[in-house]
Amino acid sequence: MLRAGLSRKGLAKALAVLAGASILLAEAAQAATALLNVSYDPTRELYRAINPAFIADWKAKTGETIEIQASHAGSGAQARAVIDGLSADVVTLALAADIDAIVNKSGKITPDWQKKLPNNAAPYTSTIVFLVRKGNPKKIKNWDDLAKAGIAVVTPNPKTSGGARWNYLAAWGYGLEKFKGDEEKTKEFVKAIYKNAPVLDTGARGSTITFAQRGLGDVLITWENEAFLASEEFGKNKFEIVVPPASILAEPPVAVVDGNVDAKGTRAVAEAYLNFLYTPTAQAIIAKNYYRPAHPEFAAKEDLKRLPKLELFTVDKVFGGWAKAQKTHFADGGVFDEIQKQDAATK
Amino acid sequence: MSEAVAPSIGVPAPRSVTQEAPLTRWLLIGVAVGFLGLFLLLPLAVVFTEAFAKGAGAFFASFDEPDARAAIWLTLIVAAIVVPLNAAFGLCAAWSIAKFSFPGKSVLITLIDLPFSVSPVVSGLVYVLVFGAQGLLGPFLSAHGIQVVFAIPGIVLATIFVTFPFVARELIPLMQEQGTVEEEAALTLGASGFGTFLTVTLPNIKWGLLYGVLLANARAMGEFGAVSVVSGHIRGLTNTIPLQVEILYNEYNIVSAFALASLLAGLALVTLGLKTLLEWRYADQIAGRRRH
Repeated sequence: MLRAGLSRKGLAKALAVLAGASILLAEAAQAATALLNVSYDPTRELYRAINPAFIADWKAKTGETIEIQASHAGSGAQARAVIDGLSADVVTLALAADIDAIVNKSGKITPDWQKKLPNNAAPYTSTIVFLVRKGNPKKIKNWDDLAKAGIAVVTPNPKTSGGARWNYLAAWGYGLEKFKGDEEKTKEFVKAIYKNAPVLDTGARGSTITFAQRGLGDVLITWENEAFLASEEFGKNKFEIVVPPASILAEPPVAVVDGNVDAKGTRAVAEAYLNFLYTPTAQAIIAKNYYRPAHPEFAAKEDLKRLPKLELFTVDKVFGGWAKAQKTHFADGGVFDEIQKQDAATK
Repeated sequence: MSEAVAPSIGVPAPRSVTQEAPLTRWLLIGVAVGFLGLFLLLPLAVVFTEAFAKGAGAFFASFDEPDARAAIWLTLIVAAIVVPLNAAFGLCAAWSIAKFSFPGKSVLITLIDLPFSVSPVVSGLVYVLVFGAQGLLGPFLSAHGIQVVFAIPGIVLATIFVTFPFVARELIPLMQEQGTVEEEAALTLGASGFGTFLTVTLPNIKWGLLYGVLLANARAMGEFGAVSVVSGHIRGLTNTIPLQVEILYNEYNIVSAFALASLLAGLALVTLGLKTLLEWRYADQIAGRRRH
């Protein structure tokens, strides 16, 4: 019976492990007030800097210690996750259409979300620029250069990445201006750029890694902040930022997820968190991380000086707003799908 | 090999299959070893070189990060729940398949193998579709405040799914081969059902069981695809080690990424070592080899 005894002990051990695990689970489930910020890909460093400032501010005002959890991925993928039940208290995504998707598909955010905070609920703006290899060997200066034969372009997939949709619309907006509003010529122009981009990563950060770490491609189309961050991370002697004469004004918006905060009882702190983004403290951090603050007066002068001046056009003016741009270009069977399909047919 | 194809008159000299021309032999060995070196050993070496690229200090500092520790902790918890559950399930399944005959038995065997043939991403998505807010059980779960996907239960479920077959697949051939004679003898001599299981069946299959558990554990800790879909990627909360590795890599934190990856690689090496030891020591008792 010795064997039996040993086995029983083993069984008891296994049960003890199980019990221990379930206690741990229970503990993890009931942490102190925690705010979940579901954000897009390149804002990791930004919110890592902002969160401690807000936690300190909230503690000073209410005496309550909170914890802020973060989740980062492609903007479209994050919207999908919130729709499927990721219990975000706030979403800080790359573009309005992704928050609209949450409104339409889950009803967890009220339709008037963009009116609830200043500047169309965008605490900062950014734009789309190019990152090229040191010395700019392919002489890339403007959007036209991206459409030339023999240039390898790195940009993420507009279906999953918010930044990629800004990239696409920036190229489109430039094309419209160049061809004096001729949609067909613009389409050919944008198609030529995407023909040069054989790999489409799911998020902006994935594309940066493809270009900078894996060394693929001649030019990366990306967020201004992402371009600065990459050249800082990998050393200034490896890459150059090229600012095209004209690009798009990107407005990444933020919103409280009403359905979730009401269920969790975190509305007050979630709203305070988003309002905090407009305060002098947060605006200074925003500029420090290479975003364009909604209130430049709160930012350090040397931070603002790094951001180049260029002609910026808006989605509202060129595309009639995000809802329309999303439907025309990125919905199933939209212009982007057509471009991809024709592209595949000619390959 | 040309003489086998060429139309030759007369009877070709009989040749043992093990007596290939030396050139063929060395070519084959060279290809096998070269392939292993290029695709298995080199990447493994890279993991450890990158992990120690900035010295041992930076390597160990990587494990001091709260997010890294949380990821390690979560991975251990998930394995601690999943592995015993699947061991129990594998035992039940193997037992019923090997010792009884019932209609639909072959269907059950096929079903056990399902996780091997389904892409992990699909396994993850299935759980989102069933337990997600827009899913089948979504309204019921959210009405009761139960969070399954994008939380630990979802990760556990997805991991159970992908590690499902390991223990059962080890035990089924083993138990089939052993048959029911010893159990029948024990029962005839008056042992209880559970007593028979503990004193007769379990000792017979313990090494096979351990072998299956080892493999299930390695997969449970290393699973990426399915877990990635249901995780929600909340830092310090729902990231397992493989997910944390991806995050660190994407944040240009190459040393930490590879330091954590080296944990997984280390786990794989330990598993491999134990597996080899088991095979060498108890080969005859682990008769049922994995068949995929």
